[in-house]
Amino acid sequence: MTVPLIEGQELSLSFGGEAVLDNVSLAISAGEIITLIGPNGAGKSTLVKALLGLQAVERGVITRKPGLRVGYVPQKLAIDRVLPMTVKRFLNLTHHASLSDRVDALKQVGASAVLNSQIGDLSGGETQRVMLARALLRKPDLLVLDEPTQGVDVAGQADLYRLIETIRRDQGCAVLMISHDLHLVMAKTDKVVCFNRHVCCSGLPETVRQHPEYRSLFGYQAADAIGIYHHEHDLSGQVVGGCGHDHGHNHSHGDTNHTTKNMVNQVGQGDKVKEHFHG
Amino acid sequence: MDSFLVRAITGGVLLALVCGPFGTFIVWRRMAFFGDTLAHAALLGVAVGLLFGIDVRFGMIVTCLMAALLLALGQRQSKLGSDTVLGMLAHSTLALGMVALAFVQGVAVDIMAYLFGDILAINTTDLWLLGLGGGAAVTALVWMWRPLLALTVSPEIAAVEGVKVEWLRVVFMLLMALVIGIAIKIVGVLLITALLIVPAASARFFSRTPEQMAIGAALFGVAAVLAGIALSWHIDSPAGPSIVISAAGLFLISSAIAPVFRRLARISG
Repeated sequence: MTVPLIEGQELSLSFGGEAVLDNVSLAISAGEIITLIGPNGAGKSTLVKALLGLQAVERGVITRKPGLRVGYVPQKLAIDRVLPMTVKRFLNLTHHASLSDRVDALKQVGASAVLNSQIGDLSGGETQRVMLARALLRKPDLLVLDEPTQGVDVAGQADLYRLIETIRRDQGCAVLMISHDLHLVMAKTDKVVCFNRHVCCSGLPETVRQHPEYRSLFGYQAADAIGIYHHEHDLSGQVVGGCGHDHGHNHSHGDTNHTTKNMVNQVGQGDKVKEHFHG
Repeated sequence: MDSFLVRAITGGVLLALVCGPFGTFIVWRRMAFFGDTLAHAALLGVAVGLLFGIDVRFGMIVTCLMAALLLALGQRQSKLGSDTVLGMLAHSTLALGMVALAFVQGVAVDIMAYLFGDILAINTTDLWLLGLGGGAAVTALVWMWRPLLALTVSPEIAAVEGVKVEWLRVVFMLLMALVIGIAIKIVGVLLITALLIVPAASARFFSRTPEQMAIGAALFGVAAVLAGIALSWHIDSPAGPSIVISAAGLFLISSAIAPVFRRLARISG
């Protein structure tokens, strides 16, 4: 086993006395696609920011491979209209790339048409593609995408997921992706990590959705509705059990303890579930 | 031409060239009030300079730098909104400066010259200060242009991709303090922010990239300085306020012709 690109071990962090990260461990290896799912307010962005060094943690160790190149695509860009910025210029934001490389990068993400547009005039999907192109120009070892499908319609989401898979195949970079959107977890994800302040469960998409903790978070309907399209891999993937510490409920398959029972009817009410979950 | 007029024009043009790129960043980063606060603090520097018998220009620059450093360090610990902190600092330092100046014995201080500037009284030393200090500030800004712009667009992208975000923030604040400390002689404590933000706002109408806007702001600033000095010469109006009025006039004209300009740009593009 090679050294992971980033590894967080037993990370803990609380805001105002409330735990946001509770003894979280997560490692990303070269070339793998990890999708982090969980309800709003589960601390997914905080975890990613901690792994990237944007957010300090109170306890735990984060190891990044020396010389690691990360391409970061934030949830959204807060570019003010007072700042004029063409896509062409934006692609050169932190590092210089030749015009032909920039044109190629836009072509790769299917956004050639916007080369000379103002960033502020782009649609949600176009902005995501342009941010992706910019991240790709750095030839990253790891691509980090925070809710890449936000503000993108369903057809566009499917396109975007396909694009991310293509990028991984062509460039061989690892992908860490955040999603709160349960219905479209891509089949090509190597690992889905179900997260709500701690790692609830993780494994292949097919297996995670059978896991009681996943079901307790999102409800049975969500579990059945989860869209795993175009699956080629076999179904033998093992769910990697729990997080190795005791937080008052059982992780094993088929067990519906009291926590799980109380949750199953609250279909899709991620936020509500969260409140009860650690109560 | 009278030599004092040549000095005034030279100084004004130099200042406008410095203020252009800095002004665009102030507009982008929404730091107009921050700049205003530093300028107000400079009046305290005048009093400090006179009381301790050191050069007033030096007193102003040092006070501006101290205020910037104080704000940069204090920013994160505060439970108060940044506008509240800036407002308190701006007006209490201005008040303190005025009170301190009243106690300076035996020196007739022309407070109006500090509040509104006195471009026609520029001497050779001022010009050197403008040229060297302003030149150094702009050189530093050009040198950190790309990372600072990345920071402005997205602090998170910048940080992940290796920009020293905190360091850059502080350095930019200090450079701004230096520019403001130098500029007060020309447009004064109360008007310097206008010279920073109004030309930048005018340039926004005609720019498609950050770099175009920075150069545009410098050009609009130069035009405002020249028009202001001409106005002051012909109708004998105070020069500093005349420059600011010219800048505002140019902004109004720009906003009026911007739609036409955009249409032409679209046709030719």
